[in-house]
Amino acid sequence: MSASTSTSTRDTPAPRDIPRPGAVRLTTAAITTLVARDLLRFVRQPSRIVGALSQPLLLWLVIGSGYGGTMRSAGEAGYLGYFFPGVVAMVVLFTAIFSTMSVIEDRHAGFLQAVLVAPAPRLALVLGKTLGGTLIALFQGGLFLLLSPWAGFPLGSVHWPAALATLALLSLGLTALGFALAWAIDSTQGYHAVMSVLLMPLWIVSGAMFPAAKGGGWLATVMTWNPVAYGVAGLRRALAGGDLAPGLGVPGATAARELIVCAGFAVGCIALAALASSAPSRRGRPARTSGAKP
Amino acid sequence: MADVVLEARGVGYSYGARAVLSEVSFAVRRGEIFGLLGPNGAGKSTLFGILSGLLSPRTGALLAGGQPVDPRSRAYRARLGVVFQQPSLDLKLSGRENLQLGASLYGVPRGLARERIERALALTELGERARDKVEKYSGGMRRRLELARVLLHEPELLIMDEPTQGLDLASARRLWRHLGELRAERALTILLTTHDPIEAESADRLLILDQGRVVAEGSPAELTARADLGGDIITVEGDDPAALASALSAGLGVSAKVTEPETPNAAPVVTFTAPRGHELVPRVVELFPAGRLRAVQVRPPSLGDAFLRLTGRTLAGDSAGVAA
Repeated sequence: MSASTSTSTRDTPAPRDIPRPGAVRLTTAAITTLVARDLLRFVRQPSRIVGALSQPLLLWLVIGSGYGGTMRSAGEAGYLGYFFPGVVAMVVLFTAIFSTMSVIEDRHAGFLQAVLVAPAPRLALVLGKTLGGTLIALFQGGLFLLLSPWAGFPLGSVHWPAALATLALLSLGLTALGFALAWAIDSTQGYHAVMSVLLMPLWIVSGAMFPAAKGGGWLATVMTWNPVAYGVAGLRRALAGGDLAPGLGVPGATAARELIVCAGFAVGCIALAALASSAPSRRGRPARTSGAKP
Repeated sequence: MADVVLEARGVGYSYGARAVLSEVSFAVRRGEIFGLLGPNGAGKSTLFGILSGLLSPRTGALLAGGQPVDPRSRAYRARLGVVFQQPSLDLKLSGRENLQLGASLYGVPRGLARERIERALALTELGERARDKVEKYSGGMRRRLELARVLLHEPELLIMDEPTQGLDLASARRLWRHLGELRAERALTILLTTHDPIEAESADRLLILDQGRVVAEGSPAELTARADLGGDIITVEGDDPAALASALSAGLGVSAKVTEPETPNAAPVVTFTAPRGHELVPRVVELFPAGRLRAVQVRPPSLGDAFLRLTGRTLAGDSAGVAA
């Protein structure tokens, strides 16, 4: 269809030949540009840091100390200790949600159009947005991890490479998942709805709040199919220095399997985001009424 | 034949079963300002989506330099500068940061970008505000910044969707002056959409679109001549326009009609055309007793009249047509 018309044989002078950058250069330039933009916007909005850290912190302290008495089986560190890796995962989840919600805002504000007409491939947009969100999530999750002594995990005994690798892969996966969802959703309200029916439950049944044994057989089954559960278990294992007491992680999983599942989750979600973005954006152009008037 | 930068051949597009563009063909020559004129709903935005590389035409093709191109391809988009109706700036970033972002999205090398950004800031007189966040800019400043940003990679073709929409008159004039300078300076080719007949007069050539089809193509003067409007347009305002119209038709031997005004909420007026219209004005006034008429106006035909003549619709609204 595209070239169905007869090709012109007219003697048209060739267009002025301006050297144009190649695909690789354009892709890397677009990725670094979008990452830099997200980081810049992040440091300019301190409220985002406070927001993404304070809610999990409150939740951790309130629920952690409240449940302390009732959850004796949770391990030696008490419930504050049990709940801690789950709360770190929550920080990552919240950050991923916040940073990918900007895809919707960018669309409404008109900014997304400028990126879509630029010559960089769509994958650059996906990777740029995802990496930007991942770095922010990693930073906030890492900041939260510094509280681990109060959860009963001395900083010196934490297996840091495993903790950070798990955190990075979990951030990557959740941010890419958030991107894919935001691409398909037209409003931030809609995104909030999806967050409560899809993303939060993913976290709740990850073993973040209570171990598989507490939920009966069904939770163990759900956990083995929930990639976030492997992230939480991986963090729990790394915080404990590499060894996980039986019954506290995903039933039957090893440290290697936890990392592999997290990596698979990240790759799968990036592929999903790339696939979603290859279709036209949900609205090609922003609403005429919304946005910037002086 | 002049050097053609971009050509559309039989371009069509539909949303489901609803065709919004059919058989649209035109050629944009190097260095000209080419306008797409039509009311809202004429298919301009869809055509703009295709030209900007966001949509692929369902039928027909685009040609650049005589060769068919896929508008979604990288090579095509790299040669294009796109200004959307709504500024696509990042309001949380400063003016300079927005320019840097634009340059690097198009792969402009850093040193070259820095040079061009400083020049663009000076040219657009935004230098002093370059460090301010764009959310503090006025509408006119945002337009200028946006335009500066899309020119940093030196596109061959600049395409703009309703570039003066929402701007005050002074800002709109300034933008047009700037476009004229750009064209003269670097042989930039500009394609823009508009629904404003006065703005369209500034284009070198126009394509008139209505309901997804090409109605006419030519320079503003050619189009007004081709519409064969029969001379000047005389507009008469007064109460009971239907009675006025029949009195004018009978008294002057013209065919006067009641016409919906271009501005909403205004009363209908009576219009007719006549060669050497100014000579008729005294006779119009003499036909009626004092106080019967509120206003009599004579003007040469405009593009808006040509559009009305060619399509039977005004440019102001989708359905506002000629009343009985």
